[in-house]
Amino acid sequence: MIFFHSIRWRLLLWYGLLLLAVLSGLGITAYRLESNRQLQSIDAELQARLPVLVASQRPVRGSGRPMRDFKLSPADALLFDQGGERSFYYVVWLRDGVTPITRSATAPDDVPLPSVKDGPTRMRGELREAFVSPGPDDFVLVGRSISRDLDERRQLGLGLAVIGAAVLLIGLVGGGWLVTRALRPIQSISSAAQKIATGDLTQRISAEDSESELGQLVGVLNSTFARLDTAFTQQARFTADAAHELRTPVTVMLTHTQNGLASECLIDEHREAFEACQRAAQRMRKLIGSLLELARLDAGQEPMRCEPCDLAHIVAECVDLTRPLAEKRGIQLHTDLPETLCHGDSDRLAQVITNLLTNAIDYNHDGGEVRISTHRHNGTATLTVTNTGPGIPEADLPHIFDRFHRADKARSSSGHSGLGLAIAKAIVLAHGGTIEAHSEPGTSVTLIVNLPA
Amino acid sequence: MRLLVVEDEPDLLAGLVRALRKQGYAVDTAEDGEDGLYKATSIDYDAIVLDVMLPIMDGWAVLAKLRETKATPVLMLTARDSSADRVRGLDTGADDYLVKPFDLPELLARIRAIIRRGAKQARSVLEIGDVQIDTAARTVTKAGEAVTLTAREYVVLEYLALHRGEVLSRTALYEHLFDENESTLSNILDVHIFNLRKKLGQDFILTRRGHGYCIE
Repeated sequence: MIFFHSIRWRLLLWYGLLLLAVLSGLGITAYRLESNRQLQSIDAELQARLPVLVASQRPVRGSGRPMRDFKLSPADALLFDQGGERSFYYVVWLRDGVTPITRSATAPDDVPLPSVKDGPTRMRGELREAFVSPGPDDFVLVGRSISRDLDERRQLGLGLAVIGAAVLLIGLVGGGWLVTRALRPIQSISSAAQKIATGDLTQRISAEDSESELGQLVGVLNSTFARLDTAFTQQARFTADAAHELRTPVTVMLTHTQNGLASECLIDEHREAFEACQRAAQRMRKLIGSLLELARLDAGQEPMRCEPCDLAHIVAECVDLTRPLAEKRGIQLHTDLPETLCHGDSDRLAQVITNLLTNAIDYNHDGGEVRISTHRHNGTATLTVTNTGPGIPEADLPHIFDRFHRADKARSSSGHSGLGLAIAKAIVLAHGGTIEAHSEPGTSVTLIVNLPA
Repeated sequence: MRLLVVEDEPDLLAGLVRALRKQGYAVDTAEDGEDGLYKATSIDYDAIVLDVMLPIMDGWAVLAKLRETKATPVLMLTARDSSADRVRGLDTGADDYLVKPFDLPELLARIRAIIRRGAKQARSVLEIGDVQIDTAARTVTKAGEAVTLTAREYVVLEYLALHRGEVLSRTALYEHLFDENESTLSNILDVHIFNLRKKLGQDFILTRRGHGYCIE
């Protein structure tokens, strides 16, 4: 899913999680601190009342064994049973009291006897109780309901949660804005890099702040692009210079041999020498042309037009051009050319087709056949050229599009430079198409060109 | 026909000059752009063969400067054959464009074509009365029969025929038919005209006394 692969969303997700952790940590701590503080203040109030209760025990005079009585002065009694939910109550257990258990009016009936080891306070449901043991088996207990306080505590928790959620939301929105802002230069880098990738080497990324981390990256990328640009320009210049340097001497040779051949007073021996030189010069001329064309195709310097054209129409023209070549060797050309629309550079496609046709004719038996057909299927225009030629050995088949590869090594003196199929392949690839060869050794060779329609 | 060939490779220049002289053209040469431009602007050539890669001043610059003053037909020779170079050549004002290496017959045919176009003649065969001049094959027939001319005689005839109706002064003819290296005898032109009249008829070339020659 693109959602999880986007740096922007992942950053935001991590940022959100971190913010949530910090906020909940903060909230929980605040909640617990406040709860403890609340409980401590309740405990302090409870503890403050215990000495009053302890002091309210008096020995009862006149009985045989020492008995005690519990009597709260009216002033002290105000401390308990104030009414309302926060009313304090007390329970007093006296081992040798007149009434062993004395309780205030609001005290619940089922207050169990505390034990010393439970500590000075205890919690029973929503009741908080503090107690002290003034004498052996004597207990004085003060308690009160803290349900209101617990409500308040819940309110506090809810409030913290709401505030936390609001902060989280604001944080996420702000974070999203920050991330978008921070990633904007990356988007401009990526779009510039894309333009460069499609061949426009003059593109540069504009950096607003060259000192920032992204600014430094932009600087590095720009200098890389500049070096690429220079390398390409140098390559193009080299190709052009090589063209000049190689072509001029061949021109000199051609001009002089043709001058010589035009002379009327040549003896046969000299004429043969001139003719051999002329043939060699012509071959070099073709070779140089092919090599430079390949170099330019490799460097992407040959712009391919992309216009709608009828492949069948182009093929028909090429067939007409190559027919004399076929007739010279008694080879029949059979065509099956229904309208086959495709997109491409018609001149370049004609070059490919002519090349395939001359190959199919040249590497064929005298009196053989060449079948040429086009058809369109599933958005692909296909050209098929099949001959009745001697075929290509299995081992050679993958190499026939290699430069200077020749299936028949002995035929190096034929008019082929050994670059024709390599150029054809380069042109087809530049069109975004494919070219493949099949062969049944001894019977036929089939070349198939697929072009985007 | 007087041509200028601007080419810095001496062997190629020599070969071109030899081939063109054999065709009867008067040929001047220049080995760099500056010299080429000087000659091209000071003499009315019938056509200029201009290499692109030249020392001092390249072919494009020569062409651009030349086009400021003259419309002499120019054939560019270049080793660069990308379509961008071709377009540039033709847009800069070249009349034709030939990529090295070329075949001599093709170069000669293209030179003939730009000379014809320069003289506003579209067809390669000129017909004057019963005389036919085939500028492609460089043959002349009168009433269907072949007439044998020397290369120089043919050139004089072709030049007069291409400028049919114009009176061409002796100076103009000398300028167009002989190159800078030929120290011609002043009456050599009269000899050619005399021979042409003998072969094609006395009235074929008219003399406008004090002005020059003319084919009507």
